[in-house]
Amino acid sequence: MVRGRQAQRRKQRKENIVRAMLLSPSLLIIGGFLIGPLCIVLVYSFLTPGTFGGVIWEATFDAYIQFLFERDFVDESLVFSTAYLEIYGRSFLQAIVATVACFIIGFPTAYFIATRPEHQKNMWVLLVTVPYWVNLLIRTISMLFLIRNEGPLNYGLQAIGLIDTPIQIAYTNVGVGIGLVYSYLPFMVLPLYATIERFDFRLVEVAYDLYADRWTVLFKVIMPICLPGIIAGSLLVFIPSLGAFIAPDLLGGGKNLMIGNLIALQFQGSRNWPFGSAAAMIVMSVVLVALIVYTRQQTRSRIQVY
Amino acid sequence: MTWACMVFLYGPIIIVAIYSFNEIRSITVWGGFSFAWYVKALNNDLIQRATFNSLIIAVGASTIATSFATLAALAMRGRAFRGREGAFGVISLPLIVPEIVSAVASLIFFVLIGIPLGLGSILLAHTVFCIPFAYLPISARLDGIEGYYEEAARDLYADGRQAFFHVTLPMLLPGIMAGFMLAFIISLDDFIITNFVAGPGSTTLPLAIYGLVRTGLTPEINAISTMLLLVSIFFVTMSFIIGRRNVGKNR
Repeated sequence: MVRGRQAQRRKQRKENIVRAMLLSPSLLIIGGFLIGPLCIVLVYSFLTPGTFGGVIWEATFDAYIQFLFERDFVDESLVFSTAYLEIYGRSFLQAIVATVACFIIGFPTAYFIATRPEHQKNMWVLLVTVPYWVNLLIRTISMLFLIRNEGPLNYGLQAIGLIDTPIQIAYTNVGVGIGLVYSYLPFMVLPLYATIERFDFRLVEVAYDLYADRWTVLFKVIMPICLPGIIAGSLLVFIPSLGAFIAPDLLGGGKNLMIGNLIALQFQGSRNWPFGSAAAMIVMSVVLVALIVYTRQQTRSRIQVY
Repeated sequence: MTWACMVFLYGPIIIVAIYSFNEIRSITVWGGFSFAWYVKALNNDLIQRATFNSLIIAVGASTIATSFATLAALAMRGRAFRGREGAFGVISLPLIVPEIVSAVASLIFFVLIGIPLGLGSILLAHTVFCIPFAYLPISARLDGIEGYYEEAARDLYADGRQAFFHVTLPMLLPGIMAGFMLAFIISLDDFIITNFVAGPGSTTLPLAIYGLVRTGLTPEINAISTMLLLVSIFFVTMSFIIGRRNVGKNR
């Protein structure tokens, strides 16, 4: 059937209208209940805290200033305080350590799965993924159950005589770190597996032919090519770890606060909504920066391929 | 290293499951296999109410989310159109934003607008983040359906609507079901966002469990954890299996 140019454009436009209508419920609800609220959080971070929570509509930078300075009671001057910086520092450190740990555990695992025979691969992927779908709260509770002083791990170690008194792992930074790795390990394994699977292993053979040893092959051949997967996996672990709440809350025992706990505190006990909003905004900015870096790296690597 | 990884991933939950059957409340002594803790957990009033709330919210949120996601997936298929990447960005936004940030944003928004914090607010918040989870399996399924099925239908004089309802939709159904089950379990499992937007008196299962943990670990918690664990694994495995059923099998 021959269609005129105009008729084709009309059809195109009608199609676009239909697409817009189909998309609208989803976009509206996410736009209205997530994007809108996020903007409100941004606004709130510049307001003054109300006495019992909530906000007073007076603009101020107080919330952001509070991160670095404390107001001296006597003369209202600002004193540099590291209290909140510590929390941010700890969160960053925990997130980085968790990412590295996940990589050390995840890379060999992904490599292993990628080198299985074809029909086994999906089974292994499923095996790695299934624990993730168990409720994060339950999984963290299980980890707490395991590593606490009266728990099976300490009991087992004592029973075989390795230690005399229980090692304090729960309610420490290490415990939180373990919890974070436990929460997000599959997020590292899966992208790594995806890239390693696509890796052309003949390159390894070529490298061996050129007298490279195993470590050279690993660091100079496999890893650079799998870099996109490494970055994706790292981001997928780093970002949630930074804003994590459950792991530091249950495994940190109220002392090893991370950003997630700090934010939650502002809306529950401390009732300082602008401060909580400001903290949330800072986390969002870090996430956005990470995402921008990631997308730029993706486009750059795509260009390199050509 | 892979075995270590597996042990690490499955170890804690298996151990919890084992201890949930221990008759007596001890780590060191095995008192005998027993369902006592399960019975106690199931008879707990708070747990019963919380489970009921969780189920209602999960069904509601996943139904709405799956419907919206299906429409969206249908809109997004085919050749690229202007704004498609932006639309995909919006749809996947709930996955990117850290949960604590979403939770805070939702709370502030509800309070500002004057929506009372209760089951309704939880339902709304859950629907938002269930959409991307429902969307992904549906979109994947849709991508796998070849265009020639619809063309064949049209060749047989079916019009657009008939082609859709009698050919595409039935083939899409496994994807829709997979999306629904995924959204369901995500809603059931959610803690952080629910913690923020729940009002007094509207507890969900994860919130109740959290409260119990706060007062100390008991074997009942082990029992509840194991039950929830099995439900989650069941749902996700089913979602996976259903979603992967061969497209060509359906005629």
